[in-house]
Amino acid sequence: MTIDAFSAFLEASVRTATPLAYAALGEVVVERAGVINIGLEGVIIAGAFGALVASASGGVGAGFAGAILAGVILAASFSFFVVVMRVDQIITGTAVSMLGLGLTGTLYRLVYSSGSATLHTPTAGPLIVPALSQIPVVGKALFAQPASTYALYVIVPALAWWMFRTTAGLALRAVGESPSAAAAAGISPARVRTWAILFGGAMGGASGGTLVLSQVGTFAEGMSAGRGFIAIAIVVLGRWTPLGVAGSALLFGAASALQYLSQAMGWDVPYQASLVLPYLLTLVALAGAGARSAAPAALGET
Amino acid sequence: MTMRATGRLVPPAAIAVGVFATLVLVVVGGGFDLGAALSAFWRGSVGSPYALLSATLVRATPLILVGLAVASAFRAGVLNIGAEGQLLAGATAAVAVGLAGPTWPGAILLPAELLAGIAAGAAWAGVAAFLKRSFGVLEVISTLMLNFIAVQGVSYLVRGPLQEPTHVYPQTSALAPVARLPMLIPGHRVHLGLLVALALALVLRWVSGATAAGFRVRLVGASPSAAVMGGQVKVKRVVFRVFLASGAMAGLGGATVTTGQTYALFEDVSSGLGYTAIAVALLARLDPLAVIGTGIFFGALEAGAAAMQRDAGVPSVFVAILEALVVLGVLAMGFSRRASAVASTGIE
Repeated sequence: MTIDAFSAFLEASVRTATPLAYAALGEVVVERAGVINIGLEGVIIAGAFGALVASASGGVGAGFAGAILAGVILAASFSFFVVVMRVDQIITGTAVSMLGLGLTGTLYRLVYSSGSATLHTPTAGPLIVPALSQIPVVGKALFAQPASTYALYVIVPALAWWMFRTTAGLALRAVGESPSAAAAAGISPARVRTWAILFGGAMGGASGGTLVLSQVGTFAEGMSAGRGFIAIAIVVLGRWTPLGVAGSALLFGAASALQYLSQAMGWDVPYQASLVLPYLLTLVALAGAGARSAAPAALGET
Repeated sequence: MTMRATGRLVPPAAIAVGVFATLVLVVVGGGFDLGAALSAFWRGSVGSPYALLSATLVRATPLILVGLAVASAFRAGVLNIGAEGQLLAGATAAVAVGLAGPTWPGAILLPAELLAGIAAGAAWAGVAAFLKRSFGVLEVISTLMLNFIAVQGVSYLVRGPLQEPTHVYPQTSALAPVARLPMLIPGHRVHLGLLVALALALVLRWVSGATAAGFRVRLVGASPSAAVMGGQVKVKRVVFRVFLASGAMAGLGGATVTTGQTYALFEDVSSGLGYTAIAVALLARLDPLAVIGTGIFFGALEAGAAAMQRDAGVPSVFVAILEALVVLGVLAMGFSRRASAVASTGIE
C-alpha cells in the first residue's frame, strides 16, 4: 500500500467522522442525563436544512447559527414530550425523526423545487495549518480539515473535563444514574434533562451544519442518511465518555472511508462489509462484560 | 355507557381532523390548487374501487402485518423498533426461495416463501432477543443496529449473489408468476396477503383476550416486576418468545411485499414501512383488531399522497409529517388521560 493512499484514507476518515462526532458528543450528554434521543436523525437533518436557509443570506457563519437553531427547536419539541409530559422516550424519538425528515423534505420541495438548478451553499473549505499539515502520514488528516473539525479538538477535552471534573457534570451524571436520588440532593432532574436535550439538539444541528457547509455544499432530502442512528451506536461503543465517543466516531469514519481505500487498492471485498463492521462491533460491545455498568442506570426511564 | 362510547371515539376523530388540517396546510401553504389536490387524494385512495383495491389495500397489507408485529411486542413491553430489519430479512428470504423453486407447484412454493419470510424475520429478531436474554442488551439499540445490518445485507445481495442475470440493475430477477401471491379479484392488485393479515389479527385478538399465554404477555407488559414476584410467570421466557413472534410477523409482512406487491427485491423495497408500522400500532392503541383499521387508514393516506404528487405536484414526503403528528398526538392523549386519572384519584 502506498503512503499516499493510506494518508488519503486517514484524511477521509477524519472528514467522515466529524459530523458523526458532533452528533454523538451531544447525544452522550443527553444519555448521561438518562434520556435516549432516537430523534437525533431528525435533529441532524433539521440542522442541515437550517444551514441551507440561513447560509443563503448570511454566509457560512449564519449557516452554522441556523443549523444549531434548527436542531435546538426540534430537540425542544422532543424535550417537551419527554420531560414535561414524561411519555415514552423511544416512541417520541421515533416520531421526532419522522417529523424532521418529513418537515425538511416537504419544505425543501415547496420552497426550492421551483428552480431546477442545484442549490449551492457557501462552504468553509479546509484550513491548512502551515507546519503541522506537513507531518508525514497523519498531517493532512489532522491539520488540513475545515474549521469545524478543529473545533472538536477543543470540544472533546472540554466536555470530558466538564462531565467528570465539575459540579454541573456530576449533577448531570447523578440524574442519569438515579433521578430520585439527585432530586433528594436538591438537583432538578427536569431542568438538567431539558438543558442536556437542548445541548444535544445544538450539537446535532451543528452536525447537519457541518455536513452541508463544510462537506457537501448543498442540501438533499434525507441527507442525514442514518447518521443520527450511527451516533447512538457511537455513544454505546464509546462507553458514554467524550473521549471514547471521539475514538469510536473515528472508527465509524474509518469504516466508511475503507470503501474508497478498498477501491483504490483493488481489494475484492464488498463495500457493504466495511460499512457493517462498526454495527457488529457495537453489538459485541453491548454484549461485552461491563457495558451495562458503563451505561447510565436510569437510561430510557420516563 | 354513552359517555364511554363517545370518549373512545373522540381521539380518532381528533386525529383525523388534525391529519386533514395538516394536509390542507401543506397544500395551501405550498401554493397548490386545493380542489385539485384534494380530488387527487380522494381519487387515489378510496374514491374508486380501483384505488381502494389496487392501491390502498395493497399498501395496507404489509402495514397491518408489521403493525401487528410492533403491537404484539409493545404489549409485552418489548421495544422492538427493528421491524424494518426483520421485514427486510423476511422479504429477502421469500424472494430467495421464490427464485430457487420456480418449477415447484404453487401450492408448495407459496407457503414455502411465506414460511421462509417468517423464519428469517424471527431469526433476525432472535439475535436481539438472545442478546437481551443472555446479556441484558437494550433491545432499542440492538434492533436499531440490526436494521442497518439488514439494509447493508440487502444492498450486498442485490448487487451480488441475488442480482438479476444481466448484472445491470441492483435488484433480483422478477419472481415467476407461480411464485407470486394470487390476486383476490381479477384486474385488481389486492392479493392473498390481505386475507393472511386479517386472519392474523383475529388470531392475535383471540390469543390476547382468551388464552393463558395472552394473559401472561399482558401481565409482563403491564408490570414485569409484579409478574416476577408473582412467581407464576417466567418473564424472560415470555419476553423472548414474544420477541421472536414479533419478528416472525414482521418477516411475514416483508414476504408479502416481495411475493405480492413488488415481485422482486431491491434496496428501497421497504421504504420505511417498519417505522410507519410503529404509528399504525400506536394509533390502534396496540389492539390487534384496531390495527386492521389503522393499517388501512395509513394505506389510504400513502396511496392518496402518491396520487397528489402524481396529479397535483404536492410532495408526498409530507406523509411523514402526518405520521409523526399521529404518534405524538396519541402520546399526548395518553398523557392527558393519565393526568386526568391523577387528578380524580390524587394518586400518581
